[in-house]
Amino acid sequence: MSVTNQTQSQAQPPTKNDTILLDVKGLKKYFPIQKGFLRRTVGYVKAVDDISFFVREGETLGVVGESGCGKSTAGRSIIRLYEPTAGQVSFKSQVLGSNGQTKTVNLLDLNAQEMKSVRQEISMIFQDPVNSLNPRMSVSDIIAEPMIIHGMKMGQDTEDIIVSLLERVGLRSDHLRRYPHEFSGGQRQRIGIARALSLNPSLVICDEPVSALDVSIQAQTLNLLQDLQKDFNLAYIFVAHDMSVVEHISDRVAVMYVGKIVEMAETDALFTNPLHPYTEALLSSVPKPDPLYKPHRIMMQGEVADPSNPPSGCYFHPRCRYAQDLCKEKSPEFRQIKHDHWTACHFAGELKLEGI
Amino acid sequence: MAVAEQTLASAPVRRKQASQSYLSLVWWKFRKNRTAVFGGVLLLVLHIAMVGVPEFVSPYLLERTSDYVEAKPQRIRFFDQEGNFHLRPFVYGLEKKIDLAKRTRVYVDDPIRIYPLGFFVAGEPYQLFGLIPLKTHLYGTLSDDPAASVFIMGTDALGRDWFTRILYGGRLSLMIGLIGQLMTIAFGTILGAMSGYYGGWVDQLIQRATELLGAIPDIPLFMALAAAIPSFWSPISVYFMLTLILSFVRWGGLARQVRGLILSLREREYALAAKSAGGSDSRIMFRHLLPGTMSHVIVIATLAIPGMILSETALSWLGLGLRPPLTSWGVLLQDAATVRAIHTTPWELWTVPFILLTILAYNMLGDGLRDALDPYSGR
Amino acid sequence: MSEPLIEIKDLRVEFNVREGIVKAVDGFNLTINRGETVGVIGESGCGKSVTARAILNMVPKPGKVTSGEILYYRRSKENPSDGQSRTTDVLDLTKLDPDGETIRQVRGGEIGMIFQEPMSSLTPVYSVGTLINEAVSLHRLSPVKRVGAQITETIQTHRRVTKAEGRQIAIEMLRKVGIPKPNERVDSYPHQLSGGQRQRVMIAIALSCEPVMLIADEPTTALDVSIEAQILDIMRELQESSDMAILFITHNLGVVANMAHEIVVMYMGKAVERAKVQDLFYQPQHPYTRSLLQSIPKLGQKKSGERLASIAGSVPDPFHLPPGCVFHPRCPAFMPGRCDTITPQWTQVGDDHWASCLLYEEAGK
Repeated sequence: MSVTNQTQSQAQPPTKNDTILLDVKGLKKYFPIQKGFLRRTVGYVKAVDDISFFVREGETLGVVGESGCGKSTAGRSIIRLYEPTAGQVSFKSQVLGSNGQTKTVNLLDLNAQEMKSVRQEISMIFQDPVNSLNPRMSVSDIIAEPMIIHGMKMGQDTEDIIVSLLERVGLRSDHLRRYPHEFSGGQRQRIGIARALSLNPSLVICDEPVSALDVSIQAQTLNLLQDLQKDFNLAYIFVAHDMSVVEHISDRVAVMYVGKIVEMAETDALFTNPLHPYTEALLSSVPKPDPLYKPHRIMMQGEVADPSNPPSGCYFHPRCRYAQDLCKEKSPEFRQIKHDHWTACHFAGELKLEGI
Repeated sequence: MAVAEQTLASAPVRRKQASQSYLSLVWWKFRKNRTAVFGGVLLLVLHIAMVGVPEFVSPYLLERTSDYVEAKPQRIRFFDQEGNFHLRPFVYGLEKKIDLAKRTRVYVDDPIRIYPLGFFVAGEPYQLFGLIPLKTHLYGTLSDDPAASVFIMGTDALGRDWFTRILYGGRLSLMIGLIGQLMTIAFGTILGAMSGYYGGWVDQLIQRATELLGAIPDIPLFMALAAAIPSFWSPISVYFMLTLILSFVRWGGLARQVRGLILSLREREYALAAKSAGGSDSRIMFRHLLPGTMSHVIVIATLAIPGMILSETALSWLGLGLRPPLTSWGVLLQDAATVRAIHTTPWELWTVPFILLTILAYNMLGDGLRDALDPYSGR
Repeated sequence: MSEPLIEIKDLRVEFNVREGIVKAVDGFNLTINRGETVGVIGESGCGKSVTARAILNMVPKPGKVTSGEILYYRRSKENPSDGQSRTTDVLDLTKLDPDGETIRQVRGGEIGMIFQEPMSSLTPVYSVGTLINEAVSLHRLSPVKRVGAQITETIQTHRRVTKAEGRQIAIEMLRKVGIPKPNERVDSYPHQLSGGQRQRVMIAIALSCEPVMLIADEPTTALDVSIEAQILDIMRELQESSDMAILFITHNLGVVANMAHEIVVMYMGKAVERAKVQDLFYQPQHPYTRSLLQSIPKLGQKKSGERLASIAGSVPDPFHLPPGCVFHPRCPAFMPGRCDTITPQWTQVGDDHWASCLLYEEAGK
């Protein structure tokens, strides 16, 4: 805890620059549905369906959406944990550049060796603090693993790095030889964070990093992530389903629905002036910790559409209270409406939508 | 249960067992299970005595015949016929008599000849582990009389000590269990892991193969395969062939279980974490996935060893497995399994308790391991 | 008017496991009135679920209710047409045979329960049993009864109705909980339903016998916000249309704020604060409640670069509870020499507002 308090005192306005670190264009990930004895492909689950977004250096892009909207798949497809079906993922890489220059590469074009090198620069934090650490490995082995994969020898140097990482995430050096089951959920998540930082990445994909944690531990972990971002100039892709958490941590937010990004904007703009009816409905569904707040709830009817058999036109139209005939027929284009505010709705800008 | 486990899971650091690796936790939990420890110790003793040093434990060598043909077991005594107590245990000598009425040979105790017994007596020379020349046996008679003998479980038709034969027979039978199971584990894990990790046509092929194997009834398959072993092969080749056959027939079930485990472990986030850090397939497989299946595999394997031993026994008993001059429990049972044998030499059934004991011990150990290898569950 | 339905008095539940004894619930008191919703908030392991199960005499092994009583003011269900007033007997639920006839009538019939949908994150994943199950479930789907049959069965156990009637009630209940096309849905299997629909069916089952109380244990935790909002709405509506009490257990402060009349905050098996919902949210007294309220990010109140007020440290080891007030090692208002030695008592801190904290014991004297 002492660590987090120290950094609080030297709070500086975060230095954000406009350099784009990651630029994703038209990313698709379709999972084939196979049936029958011969495993014929009878259709596709369009988990991620033509999404485009970018992340600037040192900023946090929040990705929200309901379960099954493809937000986790999107995160995993970027670093090719799942091999994307189509698209382009441009990443500004340090290691692939020469003479200290960075080089922008399309991750999907890289060969295995280059991809492995790039993995030093992009790491992941996972949701489940129980599942994300191998129970047979000690804390030091877990944190050292990425370094060993990338050719570092275990020795005093690596040990020192591990200890400093542990202390940085708020654990003690005597935790080194312990095993995951000896830690609480929050502590395990800290171990996972230390592992993600061990190779000094520039981009961290956080896949629901706090949703399995208790309320009080959530706050600690969010604070820690924010502190680390400042210290190491990390960019985060923060995938989560909790709107308030995403609002808290993100500079910009992308809202996903059935494999598509329906809206992307600066956090404030998105929460106060949503341009997509789904965002509006989602915001109004969030239960507020305020007994006097009488929700003027926009109840979304029905369930999330099935990504293997999505409705025609705009995927949201069966649940949308503003839906017109056009919405059933034509799929809306993802376009920029205002400065830095993108959305995929035929009537964006025309509808008067309520934010928070 | 969920609530209790939730309560426990939230315990920050369990101080009582601070910093214990998986294995030390397993050991800690295993030790608390008395039955399992008993089974383990029993197996250890049986294996040392039979697989390790049967030459030392038995009073005679396997090949040693004697004039006492189908002699009854000699009782170990402390009191002689007059009721005098002897500090050193002894056996009476055996006297052969012909029962004219039944036209059979019978042995009676000869109370005049007293052969005192002792531990660590010198006897026939042998080489321990095929290396160390020794003469000491665990027990034997101290008498110099060349006719002195100690057959605690009687003798067979060639006058060989039955207990000695059980020990040597155990060597082959237990080793078939161990080696066969090791091969089964090797086949089963490798094929199952490949099947689960790679999926696709590899998976299809392996799955169909296991199904095919599983569809053929065991005993006829054994019989066919065992009958196919050429009769001119040396006994040792037959032995290894039999082991191979037994494990070949049995890898399917294990492969299927390993496949299922790998399928679920593959989606664990720690496997993804290693992959996202750039870990290779083989690293993920050997460092993250296979260790996770090992506890499970060990349990299944331990519980399957008795089946292996019993199969050998059954095959040999049917005359399809090992044949004399090799000695295994199945071969011994074959000797004992005639009506005549049960009538005239019932002590040859001493083989049965050894088989039962071994199988029971394996099951006790397996059950204990199953509980212990899951040290994170609350109980 | 406010007639007590359930009175929990000094309830203690202990789990005797190999590392020692865990006091999952340690001296808990609560009164639930008819028709009232009481929210129980706490982090995982605070004993909220165990308390709920204790009410139905379903404490999971190796847990045991070691002392205290749970009084259930049971009203005879038959509507007296002969002019007699309805009788109320008092039943101590903890003393009942856990497999006996009476408790089985109470469970499901008079007190319904809905659970969180089982999620992988809650299962202890490293048990061999689970792994085997996991492996098996990849190959086999376990046979499950049809939704309709499940509801009918509940009805039949508790109310003697014919099969056809039961089916009608089932359809009616499905309609009530907002499942579209209930006459068709009554014949579908659980795996054909989405998570939200399954939870609706759970509610339908729990409500099919018109219970006097519903225990909802994290009923929406596994659901998406849009579905969560629908489920909460249904529960509110159903409660308003009947005279049912609800015990609502959750860790989500947002969920209870608009559901409960009264809220109890639990920490390590003890109630630390109890108040009317508005008092609790606007005038929290116990430092734990305050910290909890401050530590959640609130929608629409973002300040750039702002940090959350977090509670330091983590929940203590249940085998080595701190002396004095169990919260003192994490408490921002910790008073050395007092909080770590004196166990705080249940003190009234306002109108119908109670807390157990030494800050207020002083003031009361």
